[in-house]
Amino acid sequence: MNKTDALIIGAGPTGLFTAHQLKLIGLDCEIVDNLDKIGGQCIELYPDKPIYDIPAVPECTGEELTNNLINQIKPFNIKTHLGERVDEVKKDGDNWFVKTNLGKTFLTPNVIIAGGVGSFEPRKFSPKECEKFENKSIFYSVKDKTIFEGKTVSIFGGGDSALDWAVELSKSCKVNLIHRRDDFRGAQATVDKVHELAKSGKINLFTKYQLTNVSGKDNLESIEIKHDNKDIKTIKTDFALGFFGLIMQLGPIADWGLNIDKKTVAVDTEKFETNQKGIYAVGDICSYPGKLKLILSGFHEGALAARACFKLARPNEKYRFEFTTSSKTIKDRLGVKSD
Amino acid sequence: MPKIIFNTHDNKTHTIDVQNGLTVMEGAVQNDIPGIDADCGGGMACATCHVYVDENWMQKLPQKDDGEEDMLDMAFEPKKNSRLSCQIIVSDELDGLVVNIPSKQS
Repeated sequence: MNKTDALIIGAGPTGLFTAHQLKLIGLDCEIVDNLDKIGGQCIELYPDKPIYDIPAVPECTGEELTNNLINQIKPFNIKTHLGERVDEVKKDGDNWFVKTNLGKTFLTPNVIIAGGVGSFEPRKFSPKECEKFENKSIFYSVKDKTIFEGKTVSIFGGGDSALDWAVELSKSCKVNLIHRRDDFRGAQATVDKVHELAKSGKINLFTKYQLTNVSGKDNLESIEIKHDNKDIKTIKTDFALGFFGLIMQLGPIADWGLNIDKKTVAVDTEKFETNQKGIYAVGDICSYPGKLKLILSGFHEGALAARACFKLARPNEKYRFEFTTSSKTIKDRLGVKSD
Repeated sequence: MPKIIFNTHDNKTHTIDVQNGLTVMEGAVQNDIPGIDADCGGGMACATCHVYVDENWMQKLPQKDDGEEDMLDMAFEPKKNSRLSCQIIVSDELDGLVVNIPSKQS
């Protein structure tokens, strides 16, 4: 069990700056994020796209912004739990008991949800029947490639993940690569390699096809794919892999007893607290009259939520407002020299 | 102001006025049209403002660029007439444009 003054869910810009604010006022905190890297939407959706409305930063990319925020919190050595999704948030006396999908647990008086539009989850196949084979013979990521050895694997998608796995698995199994159009969007070298392997019969290429149905008893036995011209093919296969990128889903947050409307959580504008005492929401995921989904708004919301956390984490102390320019205490926390 | 017509999956029709220069996605979001999520806010980075453009209108729209076609690979049940509504800019020429919203965005 990890005990902390505040647990932040989400390592996007808002979560990172909220962590900065918490540490600055002398509270400790830890961060959990479902992605395997820090940066949230900035890193996952638009690492290379320029942002023009960060105060005092005329232009920066999502990646640059993330790196700057990481640098800004470096003095604090904040523990970050990546690749883990918070599944459970339950009341435990004056604290919240928090549990991740990997079984890690936390006890904290303050939970700050900085979850953007929710957690990133893989996009799945559209036929409903696919659910029953999920994690048995249908996968959206590869954890252990040895389970495919000598089997037939049908890979769907046109990006780097689909192409890389088609090339890799063609060494040890029979590979079908299925994509909705003729063009692939992966790296050119990989696209060339795939065409080469298709020519030599190592990969069966089906373009302009999409998955329409799957069948099998306990495990997948065959899939049905449909061409743009309505032609339908049934292919025997042991596994199907879908690589359609990630999508944001609200996920377990919906089950924590919060006021949720249109994928956002209602908060007040003093503490950014939800209808549950000690649970706050900041950044894109919160809503209040006049809410703007801007990174700069997330910074403001996190700063105020951090002050609210102080009351619950240090009930017997009084919070004292200080400027970073003049406070010796803050400079000590940042590890910089005082004048 | 040009009118844009959205047919939602539950067979309802919503006709809204959208200012020239806004995207079809922005028109939908500002008017609370159900079924257009637009998670990334128009950055062509999420494919959750996916629509099926009415066949009669397909030719009248500017061509998709590569980035849009790439994102459509990720969309839920893409078809030949699939477009990202954040990439369609409303103009007088598009007055009366009809788009159909898929059953879901993900």
